[in-house]
Amino acid sequence: MTSQVSSPAEKADGSDGADGADAAHDTVVGEQRSTPGRGASDKEVRRLDRVIIRFAGDSGDGMQLTGDRFTSETAAFGNDLSTLPNFPAEIRAPAGTLPGVSSFQLHFADHDILTPGDAPNVLVAMNPAALKANIGDVPRGADIIVNTDEFTKRPMAKVGYETSPLEDGSLEAYNVHPVPLTTMTIEALKDFGLSRKEAERSKNMFALGLLSWMYHRPTEGTEKFLRAKFAKKPQIAEANVAAFRAGWNFGETTEDFAVSYEVNPATRAFPPGTYRNISGNLALSYGLIAAGQQADLPLYLGSYPITPASDILHELSRHKNFGVRTFQAEDEIAAIGAALGAAFGGQLAVTTTSGPGVALKSETIGLAVSLELPLLVVAIQRGGPSTGLPTKTEQADLLQAMYGRNGEAPVPIVAPRTPADCFDAAMDAARIALTYRTPVFLLSDGYLANGSEPWRIPEIDELPDLRVQFATGPNHELADGTEVFWPYKRDPQTLARPWAVPGTPGLEHRIGGIEKQDGTGNISYDPANHDFMVRTRQAKIDGIEVPDLEVDDPDRARTLVLGWGSTYGPITAAVRRLRVAGTPIAQAHLRHLNPFPRNLGEILARYDKVVVPEMNLGQLATLLRAKYLVDAHSYNQVNGMPFKAEQLATALKEATHD
Amino acid sequence: MTEALSLVPKAEAKQSMKDFKSDQEVRWCPGCGDYAVLAAVQGFMPELGLAKENIVFVSGIGCSSRFPYYMNTYGMHSIHGRAPAIATGLASSRRDLSVWVVTGDGDALSIGGNHLIHALRRNVNLKILLFNNRIYGLTKGQYSPTSEVGKITKSTPMGSLDAPFNPVSLAIGAEAGFVARTVDSDRKHLTEVLRQAADHPGTALVEIYQNCNIFNDGAFDALKDKQQAEEAVIRLEHGQPIRFGAEGSKGVVRDAATGDLKVVAVTAENESQVLVHDAHAASPTTAFALSRLADPDTLHHTPIGVLRSVERPVYDTLMADQLDAAIEQHGKGDLSALLAGNDTWTVVG
Repeated sequence: MTSQVSSPAEKADGSDGADGADAAHDTVVGEQRSTPGRGASDKEVRRLDRVIIRFAGDSGDGMQLTGDRFTSETAAFGNDLSTLPNFPAEIRAPAGTLPGVSSFQLHFADHDILTPGDAPNVLVAMNPAALKANIGDVPRGADIIVNTDEFTKRPMAKVGYETSPLEDGSLEAYNVHPVPLTTMTIEALKDFGLSRKEAERSKNMFALGLLSWMYHRPTEGTEKFLRAKFAKKPQIAEANVAAFRAGWNFGETTEDFAVSYEVNPATRAFPPGTYRNISGNLALSYGLIAAGQQADLPLYLGSYPITPASDILHELSRHKNFGVRTFQAEDEIAAIGAALGAAFGGQLAVTTTSGPGVALKSETIGLAVSLELPLLVVAIQRGGPSTGLPTKTEQADLLQAMYGRNGEAPVPIVAPRTPADCFDAAMDAARIALTYRTPVFLLSDGYLANGSEPWRIPEIDELPDLRVQFATGPNHELADGTEVFWPYKRDPQTLARPWAVPGTPGLEHRIGGIEKQDGTGNISYDPANHDFMVRTRQAKIDGIEVPDLEVDDPDRARTLVLGWGSTYGPITAAVRRLRVAGTPIAQAHLRHLNPFPRNLGEILARYDKVVVPEMNLGQLATLLRAKYLVDAHSYNQVNGMPFKAEQLATALKEATHD
Repeated sequence: MTEALSLVPKAEAKQSMKDFKSDQEVRWCPGCGDYAVLAAVQGFMPELGLAKENIVFVSGIGCSSRFPYYMNTYGMHSIHGRAPAIATGLASSRRDLSVWVVTGDGDALSIGGNHLIHALRRNVNLKILLFNNRIYGLTKGQYSPTSEVGKITKSTPMGSLDAPFNPVSLAIGAEAGFVARTVDSDRKHLTEVLRQAADHPGTALVEIYQNCNIFNDGAFDALKDKQQAEEAVIRLEHGQPIRFGAEGSKGVVRDAATGDLKVVAVTAENESQVLVHDAHAASPTTAFALSRLADPDTLHHTPIGVLRSVERPVYDTLMADQLDAAIEQHGKGDLSALLAGNDTWTVVG
């Protein structure tokens, strides 16, 4: 780490996510000269406590890669961070158009932060479309770096700029840095013998180099990454490194960038430990592998590619040396079918999907409920209904997970709250599935899946022991003294039935989706038995042990804000703002949506008002109202994006006043 | 024992048919063809000599799909059409099991058509018994995807409109390595086909013509009536000339002009041109042409026996090989190394 600066006082000003007032670089907490990462500089260096950067360009401009690299540099530097990739569903949307704009927002700070930030301090716009699509989010006074080479007549006309926004005064309120990124990249690479088109492709690395200079990011990681990525094309690798360095040097020498910024490592934000940066889908994948290891069961994934869940299939398929089997099925139904078959055979079985896939799997989930076999159904929610918004986030599948089956078919639901939390949530879902012999929904979303944050890597001995006991012999004595095996004789504590896997002598049995007689598991159409079995399956899920809900309420507030899943970051950031401003508010966040924590009803009753922010039209609120007869107030947003902290803070503030 | 079952543990003691009968009362309609198939399978199982706890029957929905309840092995009566998918998960993760799928024409070819074709192309170690009665029995008599055009049923009072599948043609088109057809009432033939199917590494599809005496009685009489059968049934045996009819008076030859197959009266002149059945031919072309000889309405010239038996790489073996290769290349998975990755930093207290 290059910084010599001692860590600033811990931030308690609730300044998570920028709003209009502090969006530009006016949150400077100290100024001094220091030595940046590469080479000496005579330029002024200012210290900031946090920064939000947004890279925006065409889908083909490599903005996600640029953002990922900046993130890795930032993680390695030791800042706390949170990211928000935002890209179109089309792989290559028409170039230069508004729908084709891809962006990556990164918030990093010297203290703990909770969201990718509301509004960028710096926007990098690689073309007119990127500027137009993002300018609405950029507060006045912020820096905008534009690639002037793209601000020619046609690209501007394509997005409806009649005059150049760089010249017509419309950007007067911003600190615009016009940089001919394309020309300078081509110039920097002129000795590489690349075609113009090839050279132009490295302009994202030029931009990354410039931003790396501006924020004193370490550079070795990116250079190493580029050389590894293009190991088979060393000429391209070196060209990208050269463009990256050219961008850095440009910042160092040009008059236009008079100041560079430091954001100290967030030394106080993190408990001691070893950290890495991790995205939600990667953490979830690791959670599944760890669950298999801790359960001492082979992991079996049946999956069909679907955005935004496919990364889990990709990741797990890379870890066959953990005994992980990944099966890419012909469709969503076969994917869960194969997983269920594997579960019958004694594997830790998983299927991964998103909303439309959940709909297709519903019948098989019902079968798993009836068979009472452990099965993880990982659903990474996206915008719906139908195909909806494949690359955008939403929480509108809660009721589908809760009720989306025929008959009384209760399924536990576990929802992670941050990208790194996906690891623990996956292990918790596995615990429930294995202990109670039931399918379990692990309900993540697109924001968690693609977003990333620092994660304290757990020691293996901290992980829960998930080992299970397969049935090995008879479990019931008939009246005549014969010892028999009853596949539906339950554990009196958990109500789980025995897991007797094929290959176990003497326990041969048949199970199916037809109603079964209690105990024997034989087909039964007896009315009283069905009533008993329906109630027993429900009682088993209702009886699942989940930790009590914790409430954060330092000021004995009268209003409680209750969330679930990925809204944790924005809600917590908003709550901090309210408290800093002197408004008491209590906060609680649900991980277990089915069953709810035992103390939830009592907590809800304690407050005058309960506000439930959700990225849907009030699905958790509906469940709360039904179960607890509480007048839960919904605050909803379904625009495919996570809540902004400022907007939530305003809404919560209003709620406390009513 | 064959390669197909080499990883399945053997029975310790000699087994008999009754070892494979479960304690559940069989509840098909009296006279149903399913009874004969059940008896044939229960009678055949001891011959395999496998530990019965390592045998699993998986079925979908339909009359035939009650089959697992009557077998004293492990079993799953699943949901409509999905048995091949469920069995794929089981067989691909447990190579020590002998996994059988029991399905019907509606289950396998209508609601579960996608899973069937993909199971066949994938070549997982599954033995699929497709009970074809050309009708929906459990839902009380609607036409099925194998019913002849114009079928009058409850749902098609003016006759069905859609052309049927020929399951054997479909399976061959779906890259199946083993495809056979047999008839419920011919216990000896049925058992012989099961024997060859069990022996085959990978997915084996056995179409069993099965009489539904309630909703489609006599659907296969043309193949069962002794006199008619002589003209209707073409019994295939590997390595034998394909001849049928009274005293082998008819034979199958290749039409020189089109390359297709046709039935001719065998004469001294053309006898040498009669096709010799080669179930192991690498190309599926001739097996497919044989499957097309049958008239979907009259069932005349219906080939029975093993149409195709060709070894292909088995999915579950390849899957296991990749796991082994991954361990060989990268060592056995180390969880703490995985979680740490390559890019970490340490915060000291």
